[in-house]
Amino acid sequence: MVTGARPRWGRAEGVPLHMAEIRFILIQNRAGKTRLAKWYMQFDDDEKQKLIEEVHAVVTVRDAKHTNFVEFRNFKIIYRRYAGLYFCICVDVNDNNLAYLEAIHNFVEVLNEYFHNVCELDLVFNFYKVYTVVDEMFLAGEIRETSQTKVLKQLLMLQSLE
Amino acid sequence: MVVPSLKLQDLIQEIRRAKTQAQEREVIQKECAHIRATFRDGDPLHRHRQLTKLLFVHVLGYPAHFGQMECLKLIASPRFIDKRVGYLGAMLLLDERHDAHLLITNSIKNDLSQGTQPVQGLALCTLSTMGSAEMCRDLAPEVEKLLLHPSPYVRKKAVLTAVHMIRKVPELSSIFLPSCAQLLHERHHGTLLGTVTLITELCEGSPAALRHFQKVVPQLVQILRTLVTTGYSTEHSISGVSNPFLQVRILRLLRILGRNHEESSEAMNDLLAQVATNTDTSRNAGSAVLFETVLTIMDIRSAAGLRVLAVNILGRFLLNSDKNIRYVALTSLLRLVQSDHSAVQRHRPTVVECLWETDASLSRRALELSLALVNGSNVRAMTQELQAFLESCSPDLRADCASGILLAAERFAPTKRWHIDTILHVLTTAGTHVRDDAVANLTQLIGGAQELHAYSVRRLYSALAEDISQQPLVQVAAWCIGEYGDLLLEGNCEDIEPLQVEEEEVLALLEKVLQSHMSLPATRGYALTALMKLSTRFHGDNNRIRQVVSIYGSCLDVELQQRAVEYDTLFRKYDHMRAAILEKMPLMERGDYQVDEEAKQSKAAAQLSEAAPVPTEPQASKLLDLLDLLDSPSGDAQHPPPLDPAPGGTLVHLLDLPCAPPAPAPIPDLKVFEREGLQLNLSFTRPPGSPALLLITVTTTNFSEGDVTHFICQAAVPKSFQLQLQAPSGDTALARGGLPITQLFRILSPNKAPLRLKLRLTYTHFGQSVQEIFEVNNLPVETWQ
Repeated sequence: MVTGARPRWGRAEGVPLHMAEIRFILIQNRAGKTRLAKWYMQFDDDEKQKLIEEVHAVVTVRDAKHTNFVEFRNFKIIYRRYAGLYFCICVDVNDNNLAYLEAIHNFVEVLNEYFHNVCELDLVFNFYKVYTVVDEMFLAGEIRETSQTKVLKQLLMLQSLE
Repeated sequence: MVVPSLKLQDLIQEIRRAKTQAQEREVIQKECAHIRATFRDGDPLHRHRQLTKLLFVHVLGYPAHFGQMECLKLIASPRFIDKRVGYLGAMLLLDERHDAHLLITNSIKNDLSQGTQPVQGLALCTLSTMGSAEMCRDLAPEVEKLLLHPSPYVRKKAVLTAVHMIRKVPELSSIFLPSCAQLLHERHHGTLLGTVTLITELCEGSPAALRHFQKVVPQLVQILRTLVTTGYSTEHSISGVSNPFLQVRILRLLRILGRNHEESSEAMNDLLAQVATNTDTSRNAGSAVLFETVLTIMDIRSAAGLRVLAVNILGRFLLNSDKNIRYVALTSLLRLVQSDHSAVQRHRPTVVECLWETDASLSRRALELSLALVNGSNVRAMTQELQAFLESCSPDLRADCASGILLAAERFAPTKRWHIDTILHVLTTAGTHVRDDAVANLTQLIGGAQELHAYSVRRLYSALAEDISQQPLVQVAAWCIGEYGDLLLEGNCEDIEPLQVEEEEVLALLEKVLQSHMSLPATRGYALTALMKLSTRFHGDNNRIRQVVSIYGSCLDVELQQRAVEYDTLFRKYDHMRAAILEKMPLMERGDYQVDEEAKQSKAAAQLSEAAPVPTEPQASKLLDLLDLLDSPSGDAQHPPPLDPAPGGTLVHLLDLPCAPPAPAPIPDLKVFEREGLQLNLSFTRPPGSPALLLITVTTTNFSEGDVTHFICQAAVPKSFQLQLQAPSGDTALARGGLPITQLFRILSPNKAPLRLKLRLTYTHFGQSVQEIFEVNNLPVETWQ
């Protein structure tokens, strides 16, 4: 029997090269304008643009009767719509969908607390603060801090330094 | 004149006020020019404001690379506000491909070792987002020191940065491994979460680390138990479940540690049962934890009772009103159906309900799962449900559903009549979507069921009379009518209501098929041959048939023309042999997918035309022969002189054909290739009529988790052989044992040389393109003897 397995240096046999769980996080509005784009994987600029457009196309045609999970290229996207904004997290096919759905909701609740009933304009005018929130909760493509109280405390502390 | 620079808020307002894309571009270009000027000679105090504006413009999608150097300057500045914007700019604007990114390594190093906590946090964050391999190597020692920093804020960021570094530079794992043991004693959830992630990454990276960490399984079990029972801290609980993210992470690590390892699996059994039964699933958070638990149970060596519990949990998920939960349940059940078939069977009714989901991805999964659940006892009920689904499902699912039903019918048909009925139903509902060998299979099936000939031909006739557009159905019907036309004329048959059919009606129907523009050339061939056969089955005069046959003698399609001419000659010159040639077909051998009776018939006709030269060129001599026949009333009895021994000899050969020697012993199958769950099997057959011909069927099945796409298989043989590749059934092998790809090779070996076969495969799997070239060893000896 001929096997086609090539030895991979320093890795366990048969395990693919491990990437960050989260590939990217996107916040887009219905019209397609990006409010936040955090990339945890290397892409060219035009690749990024193309990805943004594709995600927008795929996510906006779905409505309430669809699930919150979409197969996308060889990943999957977990998304949720809050008012006019789509929060999308792109993860590996084998990941736990429901857990990431919770993560999105957690993130949105933190934003809500931090900006006091957040709306889209808040995200536009304070875009650099939104990045800070993302970096507090997600790091290196993984979920980092999940306690809302802790995150808010840290954010306020950082804000006081400015 | 110095234009005062806009504040960030004002810039944003102005951009929003722009009504067209062109206007927006104008505003931004003006501002960018201004920013460029200030970068050159503006004052350093307000530089961060300029960069912030630039970053906003960048987020909108405009190029901002001229700001890269500014990021460096800002990072090097001592003020926090400068550093913050500088690091954000670094994360957004710098990446591995530009050499400029290496310049911030020094700044990061300083900040990591001497900065305040927030500054260290910023540095770690940036490093983990855009750190390249060189940077990681340089800064690993600093990060390692920070793993044990007194403040949890820094620790948790350091741990995840370590994860990123290991991904980039696997050799660094040895640096971070020792600290893990101490980090596991953390009470701080954030750091614990990061630690578990780090350990997961280490274990997935090397088997040695995996063995090392299998010792900590009891510790992990304890942590999880405490989480579940006492509820660590209220600030981490979501909808009543204490820190579901941490639970999910730990479960995942346990899964990796327990896979194929008896000892660890045993240690986890109780805990998994506890989590499975105690988690509150009224909200999504609890379901997420439960789902991860189920996945872990299925992957490790768990007790049988636990596995059944897991499948039942999935079954309960299927009844949940939330679509998302049904989706994950269906996906997991699909993975389990091979290994725990009987447990999944219990939930069959619910799965069938899910066929009618409105979301296409849900119904597709339900279809795959339903097809996998069909077995001997439930085949009738399942086929009924699937056929109902076939009628109303969306077009892209039709092909899969149709082939699935046909496959299931083939494997589990309780009676032949039911089988024929099922195939008939599928052909009428979704005829255009079935695979090409469905026609061959059906004709072979009908041919073999002697007692059902009358029934089949009647049903097919009625179906054909209603609709002649579904090509596979028309082909089978035409074949059947041709073979069993005499049975059609007898009025009664016990199973269906009597059908009175006249010869003229049948002939008219076949002619309609011949003339219809919807018929493919192959279908026309079937119809013409059927007409010809009816000339012996029916007892009326054959003028109508002869007329049609001679008309098609000048058809543009070469295949039809050849047939028509040959049949015409059969009428004229070899009328005495007509009955023998056109008598009922013998039962065909199974195992030859692509050989259909067409080939045999045309072989028979070819042999006839070989033995007795049919004059296609001299029309004059044909005319003379015709005159001959017309002159002598007993023209049938008279052979034209030049053909004496040959016809008799041919007759003998033709009569021999049905009684061919029994098929040689079947050649065993051979598995030739396996990689990451993708398997290639070869099966060999020799058609009995031609010993020099070898038919190889290549079946490609995919047992892995990801689909294989763009699959191409090519073959090469030594020069003394002739190889012909037929088109494959598709180029996608669906994951988890889904529909395989089949392809037929025909190899002709006139001399009995040993066969050597080299195969070349190209495909895409798990997002990577793969190319494999290999020679097939240990071909069975029978392949070339």
